[in-house]
Amino acid sequence: MPDAARMSAPRIINAAAAIREATASAMRSDDRVFVMGEGATDPKGVFGTTAGLLEEFGKGRVMEMPVAENGWTGIAIGAALCGQRPILVHQRVEFSLLAMEQLVNNAAKIHYVSGGRHRAPLVVRLVVGRGWGQGPAHSQSLETLFAHIPGLKVVMPSSAADAKGLLLGAIEDDGPVIMIEHRWVHFAQGHVDEGAVAMPLDGPRRLREGDDCTVVATSYMTLEALQAVDALAAGGCNVDLFDLRVLRPLRLDAIIESVRRTGRLVTVDTGHATYGIGAEIVARVLTEAFGSMKAAPCRIGLPEHPTPSARSLAEVYYPRSPLIATRIAEVVGLPAHRIAELAHALGTTRDAVPLDIPHPSFKGPF
Amino acid sequence: MTSPILTSITDRTTRLELFRSMLRIRRIEEEIARRYVEQRMRCPVHLSVGQEGAAVGVCSVLRTTDPIVSTHRCHAHYLAKGGDLRAMIAELHGKATGCCGGRGGSMHLFDPAVSVLASVPIVGSNVPLAVGAALAAKQRGRCDVAVAFFGDGAFEEGVVHEAANFAGCHRLPVVFVLENNLYSVYTPIEERQPERPLVAFAETHGLFAEHTDGNDVVAVHEAAARAVVRARRGDGPSLLVVDTYRFLEHCGAADDDHLGYRPKGELARWQARCPITRLRRALRDAGEIDEATLDAFESEIAAEIVDAFVAADLAPQPAAHTAMESVHA
Repeated sequence: MPDAARMSAPRIINAAAAIREATASAMRSDDRVFVMGEGATDPKGVFGTTAGLLEEFGKGRVMEMPVAENGWTGIAIGAALCGQRPILVHQRVEFSLLAMEQLVNNAAKIHYVSGGRHRAPLVVRLVVGRGWGQGPAHSQSLETLFAHIPGLKVVMPSSAADAKGLLLGAIEDDGPVIMIEHRWVHFAQGHVDEGAVAMPLDGPRRLREGDDCTVVATSYMTLEALQAVDALAAGGCNVDLFDLRVLRPLRLDAIIESVRRTGRLVTVDTGHATYGIGAEIVARVLTEAFGSMKAAPCRIGLPEHPTPSARSLAEVYYPRSPLIATRIAEVVGLPAHRIAELAHALGTTRDAVPLDIPHPSFKGPF
Repeated sequence: MTSPILTSITDRTTRLELFRSMLRIRRIEEEIARRYVEQRMRCPVHLSVGQEGAAVGVCSVLRTTDPIVSTHRCHAHYLAKGGDLRAMIAELHGKATGCCGGRGGSMHLFDPAVSVLASVPIVGSNVPLAVGAALAAKQRGRCDVAVAFFGDGAFEEGVVHEAANFAGCHRLPVVFVLENNLYSVYTPIEERQPERPLVAFAETHGLFAEHTDGNDVVAVHEAAARAVVRARRGDGPSLLVVDTYRFLEHCGAADDDHLGYRPKGELARWQARCPITRLRRALRDAGEIDEATLDAFESEIAAEIVDAFVAADLAPQPAAHTAMESVHA
């Protein structure tokens, strides 16, 4: 948090409210901005992120969609080509799989193939489910599918301030931006400025400074990583922790610079490890900074099976802060007994809360 | 076969314009076909030879500002809407002066100056774009009417029904033009769809319906005029089913009757119903066109074609270092 903000009276809201606030302010200042979604106007308002918009802006600008994801994504693209700026909302990431055809074939290509004469300014908001037995479909974190496609931009906020700022930046962007919101990040609280200030979609942010290891996290895993990194710091191991924030375009300069100093790299993301964000980061960092490495890099991600529903199965599925701390400590080369102590202490804290709901410490502020 | 003009409400000037536009598209595509073997147009081409009536009949009732979206078989739609010929031929040659700067090839033709919004080679994928254009027109208070061209294959795609459902629900100013040429590549429609009237689609999605002979350009023109008027005055979307036939191969520039996927005699029957031959005969029979006018059309078109091919020949290819440009807006 910037010092100036810390000195003024902090206004603490959660990321879901920040998203709603960003949407409303963009709609007030630009009448081309409108919201489309299945449930956009329903009583729950997509986890509160669209609550109250219908009352303020009416049905013409907060549009309830038929259950036809590819169709209305194409309709959004057509409207965007004609000057509108739609925000598309899906209550879960995997609904957008039905719209991948339009996103990949049309949204991502049309600016390029037209030599820049066509613009498709649209934002696609996707929510990653977790907990309460979501099961294999409604729990997917499929950011790499989108991040693989040139022409799309992909952002994943991990804080309330970033949720607002990155969404405003995405709405201002003249191309298609995918914003992936982890459901548990919706609960993350923090200071959020009242003003509508768009953040540039320009790359990672350093959250902790240290010389012992570079850790890159995405989305909700940034919050788990913070817990791990702070526990390590209490034990004298200082980590350079980055929240990646923007997956595409991928700007790793600051991270590569960090690894040149620390010689160590651990990645922690919300998706499956194989072919994942961590794989890309490790590949790029090693290509640039191979000579600086003091230890093999480590990727932390989901195992190679779909998300199971039962708590006993999910317990070993999601990496949590004790595991992250352990992996970082191993890469740094801490003695085994210290690693065990650390993991035990963190585990005791974590186990005080059921595994299938967000940990209260993730309410920040960060 | 009935003469298309005898019962028509369309005036002679319009009939001549319809004829000239179809003839122009035919001659352009014949030249593409003739030169395609030289392999200097190094991209797939999907020629509209035989299907010009649908494109010309519909586009003849549109304003410059009315957006259209097309498919992989987009030459006729692009040209009928007034798309720039030089930019099209250059695009087929992969030149920097092409409508896509050489990035799209023949399946991505567009021309913002005349509202050819986009052409998309994924079957059905273009259709929701037109509905979105219609939504934008309604939201902005413009009186544009959007048109989606698609084929009988696209009719099998879910996204077409999704788009039509939305258009019907919101009474959007859009016309869905289903060109039924009986084949999806080599597969006949009866192997892909149950026997049913394609216009029934309209009732399902709350659209008005028109079913016309796509090789009777005047009939298409008049049906399209009714649909566009309805859309422009806010009465909602329409489906226009036009029956037509592709004379050449699906992709490429050759005759493909020897492949045997068309029943014997079918191609000849449709060639006898060629939309251009029919209208030329009707115009001559009615004394509405003379040989001098026909010759003038031919020579003007020929000169324009030569100009476009020469310009494409002379134009540079896009510089390799520009490949990373315009990935993001």
